[in-house]
Amino acid sequence: MNAKANLSTIYDDGVIRQFSIMAVVWGVVGMLVGVVIAAQLVWPELNLGLPWTSFGRLRPLHTNAVIFAFGGSALFASSYYVVQRTCQTRLFAGKLASFTFWGWQAVILAAAISLPLGYTSGKEYAELEWPIDILIAIVWVSYAIVFFGTIAKRKIKHIYVANWFYGAFIITVALLHIVNSAEIPAGFMKSYSAYAGVQDAMVQWWYGHNAVGFFLTAGFLGMMYYFVPKQAERPVYSYSLSIVHFWALIFTYMWAGPHHLHYTALPDWVSSLGMVFSLILLAPSWGGMINGIMTLSGAWHKLRTDPILRFLIVSLSFYGMSTFEGPMMSIKTVNALSHYTDWTVGHVHSGALGWVGLVSMGTLYFLVPRLFGQKQMYSMKAIELHFWMATIGIVLYITALWISGVMEGLMWRAINQDGTLAYTFIESVKAKHPYYIIRLLGGLLYLGSMLVMLWNVIKTATHGKPISILIPAVKAH
Amino acid sequence: MDINDLRSIATVGSFVVFVSILIWAWNKRKSRDFKEAANLPFAEDAKVARHKKIIAKKGKRK
Repeated sequence: MNAKANLSTIYDDGVIRQFSIMAVVWGVVGMLVGVVIAAQLVWPELNLGLPWTSFGRLRPLHTNAVIFAFGGSALFASSYYVVQRTCQTRLFAGKLASFTFWGWQAVILAAAISLPLGYTSGKEYAELEWPIDILIAIVWVSYAIVFFGTIAKRKIKHIYVANWFYGAFIITVALLHIVNSAEIPAGFMKSYSAYAGVQDAMVQWWYGHNAVGFFLTAGFLGMMYYFVPKQAERPVYSYSLSIVHFWALIFTYMWAGPHHLHYTALPDWVSSLGMVFSLILLAPSWGGMINGIMTLSGAWHKLRTDPILRFLIVSLSFYGMSTFEGPMMSIKTVNALSHYTDWTVGHVHSGALGWVGLVSMGTLYFLVPRLFGQKQMYSMKAIELHFWMATIGIVLYITALWISGVMEGLMWRAINQDGTLAYTFIESVKAKHPYYIIRLLGGLLYLGSMLVMLWNVIKTATHGKPISILIPAVKAH
Repeated sequence: MDINDLRSIATVGSFVVFVSILIWAWNKRKSRDFKEAANLPFAEDAKVARHKKIIAKKGKRK
């Protein structure tokens, strides 16, 4: 068969294979850096006395690697897969899709070099300097063109709900990135924010929280709405609920950011507004979680035998847990205890390791064998092992930080009868030491589980071969 | 008109839109369409089965 004439009848899976493999590779790298900095908190000498390996430079490297390199690659891969399958058409502008892969890898590489060298714009989750920001914007706009172009040439009238979530994620991240990265260059790799004072803080946390809401939530909910039904082999529990879930998230998430700035120079009413919207967010979050989990209704037995489904469903439980914890922590009085403590770090990781991590891994275990012409992963036992190592790791990690966070918060606010502070700061640091060791253990388990996945993915890929899959809507010749 | 009037209108307007979405989404007449939409991820499988032979042939190249 003539390969070129045939091209329009097969799915464009090459770019999905690339992103899937790199998601696993970057997962290992990002989590390794996480383990290194967790170890530095236990044994500070591990920073080796060098500026390039100091905590302050490696920490943004860790967050950027796990969020944008690991999570981002998983989102690119799964969105390109879902949009083609549910629209039954080949990707729009295949060359541009390929550019998004190489462009995104270039961004990651630039981050991996510039962050340890100390180049940073100082905005959390947006540390990269202006030349890299421009590259991100170009890649992201290309991504939007590929994704929405594919939707535009779809062969199926209805746009499946997963695509709505992916679409919202793409549009919003473009908006957030461009607004928050507005900066005035002051030389190569140096810039100043276009905003000043409290406005700058507010723009940053409008960005920061919506990075959580749209990068780390909406995109992965797109995954949930496609891969949970596929793996469970039954349609989503309620399609009506999925529509309401979508719009409720869209209407509320944008306003939750101020809860990152309680008791600061921010006007009180903005702070209250952020708190109220954060509390409202519990409803759509749990609606979505219930919709995902109840998809299994009547087929719960599958959880016993299918480790991939277990990844997906347990990720939803962690989603439910962290979206309960989040609104609670946004309440001003709770925040007065929790803010600046390890509790926040524990909360983020229950969402990141539990929800984002597990749902991505489940999705990749679904994708990889299909992309390499295999029935299933090379070793199902290794998936089982991965699941338990990861889950135990998460539980160790978050319980350790809950305890150390609440303890530290209570120590900071404890006062003697004469009104002086009961503890010095260093006493609270010393008290956290044992919990930092437990956290490191949890992180090591999670990293180890990711290495098991890497081995399994390499085995699956080398045993199979990249295959072309026909688009059903197009008649085969 | 004060800018705060505009803000109030935008807030109330958004709320009305959201309530309309609620009513629309749970409209009984839509339920058949939604059932069809919910099955979209599987529509593909049914059709793929028909092309199974071709896919099997392609898979064999490994």
